[in-house]
Amino acid sequence: MARLALATLLAAALFAACAPAGAEELRPYTVIGDAIPASLTGAKGDATRGRALVVERSSACILCHSGPFPEQAFQGDLAPNLTGSGSRWSEGQLRLRLVDAAHLNGATIMPSYYRVDGLTRVGASWRGKPILSAEQIEDIVAYLVTLRN
Amino acid sequence: MKFAVCIALLTAMSGAALATEIPLAERRSGYSFMSADTKAMQDEDTANPGMLFVLDGEALWTRKAGGADKACADCHGDAGVSMKGVAAHYPAFEKTLGKPIDLEGRINLCRTNHQQASPFAYESRELLALSAYVAQQSRGMPIAAGTDPELAPFVDKGRELFMQRQGQLNLACANCHDDNWDKKLAGSAITQGQPTGYPLYRLEWQSLGSLQRRLRACITGIRAQAYDYGSPELVELELYLMTRAHGMPIETPAVRP
Ligand code: HEC
Ligand code: HEC
Repeated sequence: MARLALATLLAAALFAACAPAGAEELRPYTVIGDAIPASLTGAKGDATRGRALVVERSSACILCHSGPFPEQAFQGDLAPNLTGSGSRWSEGQLRLRLVDAAHLNGATIMPSYYRVDGLTRVGASWRGKPILSAEQIEDIVAYLVTLRN
Repeated sequence: MKFAVCIALLTAMSGAALATEIPLAERRSGYSFMSADTKAMQDEDTANPGMLFVLDGEALWTRKAGGADKACADCHGDAGVSMKGVAAHYPAFEKTLGKPIDLEGRINLCRTNHQQASPFAYESRELLALSAYVAQQSRGMPIAAGTDPELAPFVDKGRELFMQRQGQLNLACANCHDDNWDKKLAGSAITQGQPTGYPLYRLEWQSLGSLQRRLRACITGIRAQAYDYGSPELVELELYLMTRAHGMPIETPAVRP
């Protein structure tokens, strides 16, 4: 009996891990001009978590960008240095650049971090999921606005 | 409304214009992006770990196999003569299949049709060793694949695949290897993605690997669904890459970081 319960629990956990995140609905947002003024979550992000996310490999930011990350030996030079992002752009402008950079420049190589439509041949483990969650986007936005020079 | 459509069209057009194929004079092998140490490893046969596979391949070349109990050498003789320049022309059009096959595919066709043996698995030691041995006979010779007119539609498909954005990161091969090959991705050189050295020894893999393995790694890197080994799409990509590298010398077995 106990074993059966454990098996069911395990199966449930596995299923949860494999369930397509298409289940996770994207939250609606409104673009005004070249910005998304309102937070995707309705709350303010956490800048410390945001910095950690920017330098994390799975976010891929520093594959292309460099920035004020002296501890990171490997940074890219395909994209502008992130230093001073908060001086160049408002919070809402930064949010749209993360959510869907292609909305502003159809030819950009910057991936749209909060979009699941219009993509081709997405691998099974990533299908139906945005690259980052709404919370993660807000954390990164909260961090980027602090980058002033 | 009309204005918005115009802008959308303009952006779409600038997107197309951005991807420019590399002018002949500017083509560079991955070799030219490497450190002096790694270059020396490729240049010195005694230091090149790929040569161990070539030696294995040389042994396999004369080993009898399959229901026919024949070795490659029984039909082809001295590889130094019969295989010289062969790899420079692959992938080649295979009439019985009506489509191109790569060197690994050709070796496996010889296994099944002429040796009556089972095909080697992709990335098996045997297949890597034999393809490295055969390709090494073309070392230094200019790549000349894709000139057969029957290949034209397949070259076109390969080019389309190369230019097509895909995966969760929504990138095309061309975004990196045509447009940004002089740049760095998280500290490592992007290079032009030239297929000159395969199969090659990659330090990161600590092994020899085929061109298809490399292509699957780049496809997974952009979080797209990797095509299966031996799939028509991978062969078409290989073919396009070889025509894109027309005239560049074969380096097999190369070394890459
Ligand atoms: C594959 C490359 C790539 C990746 C990955 C990438 N970006 Fe970008 N990003 C670009 C490029 C190129 C631009 C320049 C603008 C354009 O092309 O539209 C840009 C622009 C930006 C800008 C505006 C910079 C400015 O001051 O003009 C910000 C901010 C930004 N990216 C943040 C990020 C963050 C944060 C991440 C990760 C969560 C990220 N990017 C991931 C390529 C990339
Ligand atoms: C985001 C950037 C990026 C994209 C997109 C990309 N690659 Fe690569 N590619 C790399 C990097 C980095 C390497 C490793 C450095 C090297 O060996 O060139 C590499 C290596 C290669 C090589 C090996 C070159 C050599 O010298 O051995 C080939 C061939 C190649 N890529 C082809 C492709 C093809 C085909 C596609 C599309 C299906 C593709 N790449 C997509 C970044 C990329």
